[in-house]
Amino acid sequence: MSKLSYHYPLIIRIWHILNALCILLLIATGISMYYADPGRPLIEFSWAVKLHNFTGIVLSFSYLIFFFANLFTENGCYYRTKWKGIINRLIKQGMYYMFGMFKGEKKPFPITEKRKFNPLQHISYIMIMYLAVPFVIISGLGLMFPESVLKAPFGVGGILITDILHVATGFFLSLFLIIHIYVSTIGASKSANFKSIVNGYALVEEDEEEED
Amino acid sequence: MKKVLILLNVLLIASSATLSAQSDSAKKAEALVIYMEVNDYVVENEACLRCHGESKYILKDESMEREITQSMCRDKIIERDDYYSMVHKSFACLDCHSYDYEVFPHAYELRLEPTFTCLDCHGYDEDYAQYHFEDIEVEFQESIHMSANPDNFTCWKCHDPHSYRTFVRDDEKSVTEAIAYNNDICLSCHSDFSRFELLTDKDEIDLLDTHSWLPNQAAHFRSVRCIECHTSLSDSVLVAHHVQTKDLAVRNCIECHSSSSILMGSLYKHQAIESRGKLGFVNAVILNEAYVIGANRNKVLSFAGVMIFLLTLGGISVHIVARIIFKK
Repeated sequence: MSKLSYHYPLIIRIWHILNALCILLLIATGISMYYADPGRPLIEFSWAVKLHNFTGIVLSFSYLIFFFANLFTENGCYYRTKWKGIINRLIKQGMYYMFGMFKGEKKPFPITEKRKFNPLQHISYIMIMYLAVPFVIISGLGLMFPESVLKAPFGVGGILITDILHVATGFFLSLFLIIHIYVSTIGASKSANFKSIVNGYALVEEDEEEED
Repeated sequence: MKKVLILLNVLLIASSATLSAQSDSAKKAEALVIYMEVNDYVVENEACLRCHGESKYILKDESMEREITQSMCRDKIIERDDYYSMVHKSFACLDCHSYDYEVFPHAYELRLEPTFTCLDCHGYDEDYAQYHFEDIEVEFQESIHMSANPDNFTCWKCHDPHSYRTFVRDDEKSVTEAIAYNNDICLSCHSDFSRFELLTDKDEIDLLDTHSWLPNQAAHFRSVRCIECHTSLSDSVLVAHHVQTKDLAVRNCIECHSSSSILMGSLYKHQAIESRGKLGFVNAVILNEAYVIGANRNKVLSFAGVMIFLLTLGGISVHIVARIIFKK
């Protein structure tokens, strides 16, 4: 039985939109620097550097707020998972996206008051927020303060290694963003999830016994 | 035979030193023996360097039978280690300087002695054709250094004749060393007003302030030479000598931070010619010493990135088509 529930509190929505703006700006400025070309400037290089640095610092503070809020508030429970049986749950959700939804099958892990994310969302958000984002922030700080980076570990330039890892992680975050936006169109309607993250209300199912 | 005699002479000097000064004299004698490996005039040069190689010298007043110690002017001191490791390390002092210097005290007229320029020895000579000294001279004549002070500015203002070393063609030396050495040449005047004011009436320049627009200023100063931004590049000359006015200096980041980085035609020109396309990186030679955002892209990673990106878009596109067909 579905019901409209106040699923995303204001503070979460503000944090989410701030994060989204930061990530979009960081991707645009990052691409401008990585593919810098006098003939085809996306964002002029010196502006791209300034904006990238500034937005990176904003994202770092935003991440610190997320990290400590999850440590000390109930929001943290959405980022903990039972690892036992996770593979099966991921396959089940994946099969639903690939085949089940087209056959009109029921969602294997519908959103409830307690279960905010399905297993694929759950694992990808944990990986993004506890691995990729901290890594991109730490490597970004290393590039902002290059004297702090080891000069030549393994005989290769420390800044080179840091930058390759930073760019690669940024690339995977960009891919996540594209997939995240696309999967958001799979809801009660194509725009339902976008409306939910703006006004906070979402259609949720009654809680079940099983949790992912 | 001549060398053996000189060596004996040097050892004699060393052995005649007092006990307390013996170790210093012995060290000096050892150093002279090492210098003899690259120079046949070490003993002759000592006639000059016993004063000009020290921070002080002794004036003798024979009528009063007394000695006065005076300090040697900083600009007139020649470090032996520098002299015997520079490009002209095999030279005798009198190869370039007048024989009248053998008389002490030196005559006033000698202070006005004209100095050789690079072209005087290296110009229009097949042996030095690869260095393009003639083109360097043309660039120098057009530089702001020359136009600002045509009477006083010579090759030697930057290339100290008693210590000048070359880096850019030497694969044994690192680019980092070359950058520090080259920038020291510029800074010897541009950050030392006592030398700067000898050549210009301009006010003192605060280089940190005029370069404050550079992000990560210290990293830039460590990673590139001043001339990267302050000269115009040419095809024939390995190290550009056309130093330009400050309003023509490079200020557009993308001129270095892009795949068509000007650094490949300046700082890394020699390495770029020697080794092309190492490691699969764009402008790979820069990677030996530095990493320039925008100028160093890994081709393999870029290709893999594009492929993964296209695969993702492809997957999403297939899903969209399926949703359209099944009206989901």
